[in-house]
Amino acid sequence: MRSVWALAVTATLSVLTASTATLAGEPKQGGVLRIYHRDSPANASILEGATYSVNVPFMGVFNNLVIYDQHIAQNSPDTLRPELAESWSWSSDNKKLTFKLRQGVKWHDGKPFTSADVKCSFDLLMGKTQQKLRQNPRKAWYSEVNEITTNGDFEVSFDLKRPQPSLLAMLASGYTPVYPCHVSPADMRTHPIGTGPFKFVEFKANESIKLTRNPDYWKKGLPHLDGVEYTIITNRSTAILAFVAGKFDMTFPTHITIPLLKDIKSQAPNATCVVEPTNVSTNIIVNSTSAPFDNIDIRRAVALALDRKAFVDILFEGQADIGGTMLPPPQGIWGMPKDRLETIPGYGPDVMANREEAKKLMQKAGYGPDKHLAVKVSTRNIAEYRDPAVILIDQLKSIYIDGELDVVETANWFPKVARKDYMLGLNLTGNSVDDPDQSFYENYSCGSERNYTNYCNKEIEKLFDVQSQETDIAKRKPLVWEIDKKLQEDVARPIIFHARAGTCWQPYVKGVTIMSNSSYNGFRYEDVWLDK
Amino acid sequence: MFAYLVRRLLLMLVTLFGISVVIFLLLRIVPGNIVDILFAAAGYVDPADKANLEKELGIDQPLIVQYWHWISGFLRGDFGYSYVSEKPALQEILPRIPITAKLAGLALLFSASIGIPLGVISAVKQGTRLDYALRVVSLSGLSLPSFWLGLLILTAAVAMFGQIPIFNPNPKTWLEAFATYAVPAAAVGFRSAALTMRITRSSMLEVLRQDYIRTARAKGASETAVNYQHALKNAILPVITVIGIEAAFLIGGLIVTETVFNIPGVARFLVEAIRWRDYPIVQNLVMLIAVVVVVANFTVDMLYAVFDPRIRYTD
Repeated sequence: MRSVWALAVTATLSVLTASTATLAGEPKQGGVLRIYHRDSPANASILEGATYSVNVPFMGVFNNLVIYDQHIAQNSPDTLRPELAESWSWSSDNKKLTFKLRQGVKWHDGKPFTSADVKCSFDLLMGKTQQKLRQNPRKAWYSEVNEITTNGDFEVSFDLKRPQPSLLAMLASGYTPVYPCHVSPADMRTHPIGTGPFKFVEFKANESIKLTRNPDYWKKGLPHLDGVEYTIITNRSTAILAFVAGKFDMTFPTHITIPLLKDIKSQAPNATCVVEPTNVSTNIIVNSTSAPFDNIDIRRAVALALDRKAFVDILFEGQADIGGTMLPPPQGIWGMPKDRLETIPGYGPDVMANREEAKKLMQKAGYGPDKHLAVKVSTRNIAEYRDPAVILIDQLKSIYIDGELDVVETANWFPKVARKDYMLGLNLTGNSVDDPDQSFYENYSCGSERNYTNYCNKEIEKLFDVQSQETDIAKRKPLVWEIDKKLQEDVARPIIFHARAGTCWQPYVKGVTIMSNSSYNGFRYEDVWLDK
Repeated sequence: MFAYLVRRLLLMLVTLFGISVVIFLLLRIVPGNIVDILFAAAGYVDPADKANLEKELGIDQPLIVQYWHWISGFLRGDFGYSYVSEKPALQEILPRIPITAKLAGLALLFSASIGIPLGVISAVKQGTRLDYALRVVSLSGLSLPSFWLGLLILTAAVAMFGQIPIFNPNPKTWLEAFATYAVPAAAVGFRSAALTMRITRSSMLEVLRQDYIRTARAKGASETAVNYQHALKNAILPVITVIGIEAAFLIGGLIVTETVFNIPGVARFLVEAIRWRDYPIVQNLVMLIAVVVVVANFTVDMLYAVFDPRIRYTD
């Protein structure tokens, strides 16, 4: 009899557990997601921003034409999803990209969204409108776009000078929201209006950013959250302690360094933490316009002297990636495979042999044990820059180069680099989309404003165009690898490593996906929910 | 006394004018302006965009024009617009002042209420174990930077109570409201309390050896009356001076304490504004602080006359 009762109780418990499990899997409505923000962004306008400090809090206010699937960590051409566009199609010559737009979408102020808004946004980005953005850091993305044309209220086309399949990747970036025609760029900096899942409430500089649920969001039933609140805490120690104490549901995305991650895991063992590449490379910029680095042998010697694994071990406890310009696989779509990478001078595993070769190049240039080359290694006064610069100086000693750290305040860093007032610099380059067009044209094409070293190789530039027009990914990849290899061999901007960083959230936070090959595209948060 | 007052007031105006010139010029000497920073953050520069923005913000004008524009606005109460937030500067500054004022006030209160009594006790009990213990406490107060002490407090609070006493804009209980200001005030006021304690002790030791103290004791006054009515009253002048100076120095301590405890006060706001070269915010805020400091010093000078009847300011 007792066993019958036990069986009945067990069965009842099983049913209850099963039903609870089902309920736990279903998103719950309500609650405010509390995240700390690492700093106070200059303003709320994503189109004018050049840091993910703007994207993270404000991406939820907007929608794009297309977007990377917010539940798949790796952004790729296969994970592109329609958003304000219902569908898209290429013309037969791949020079016209047409979007059918979603109907019935409203801006947060109640006005209807139409194709005119899309045209306005991209004309604004291309500098063709009367009103101008105060800053337009991604104007170059649209250099192949001739014009935007509308066909009625719900169709818009991008007419291109030549085929450019990567345009879709750039349109899917968190950096490419559609803005309303009827709101000025100035107002968008202080009170952004979007079509997204969350409405802007307030932005108090150095204090907080508040978003509230958009009850008229065109995706019915979303968002799950009542709002998102970002408390600006610039002191990392305070921010992390506050997360550990439960004051926040989530850390600022990719804000946790690998050593700090251990602290969090020990103090908040229930927290979910993930580590992903940020697609930010740490690299060396060499001023090749003046002596001594106008000598290619000395530039090559610097590249050969690098012990990349040592950087990764010291700064990331082994958790960072070694690669070329493009983020290496498996998270990177376009990065060179390891066997190919190791054929590039300086990437081989035998560091001592590389350095012996570097020493020979230095001796050829007139330097040796009795005559060291004195250089200043300039970098920004930020830990992420300073720390690798110190290691770089140490490594350069092995090839007769005596480096001296030249720490430059942020305000002076770019003007200094632009006027070529440096010898060697340690620099960080963030890629908002994992795409060769964005990286190659922005950082290595002749005359680009972000080509800090003024590297200019017309032959490679032709290859940029060839890969850019290739619509078949399988055919495009080897072209990209060839370019990347050549850039490293030319010491255009030697890549030291690709960083990784951590993000943590409390166990009741559900539906968060941290992108694994970009830090700029995964913050819509429309289906994030709180299981409490 | 009246002539002295007028003279001091005129001196105050000259001082404030000099400060305004120094603030203005120092900000322009620092390399880079808001436009440089915005473009540096974006990693590119378009000379046309840059020139447009400089024109829009008025920083392309001659320095004398910029100075006149600012100072005439300041005198009219028109503080201009923040370059960063594009909101009226006054609207940005004003809500933050009460927060820092409360914090500074509490820190000074902590400093005086802890520093003066302990300084008296230390002097009266000179050479005892209690005196040694209090001197160790005061030395540690002078040695510990307030940001480090703040972080220690936060770490201990999280480890021991699972709570973090950082700024809470909407406290639910009086305890939360108190903790919002009291804990950071203690962190920043600890150094000031230590200094006050040491000054009080040395001043008291000097006074306690005076003849009139012996006379008071000979006349049968109680030890409490001797220490607090006769000795402390005469020893307090240097302490008041130090507290006055500390009030001015406190702003330095508040910058880091506001950062560590995430308090949205003016001190932290000022640092951020300097980082962005947000001239309207920095100039007006520093000028306001200068006014407060100059007025505080003036008040301290006036207090001398109140506390010490021997001091009478004449022509």
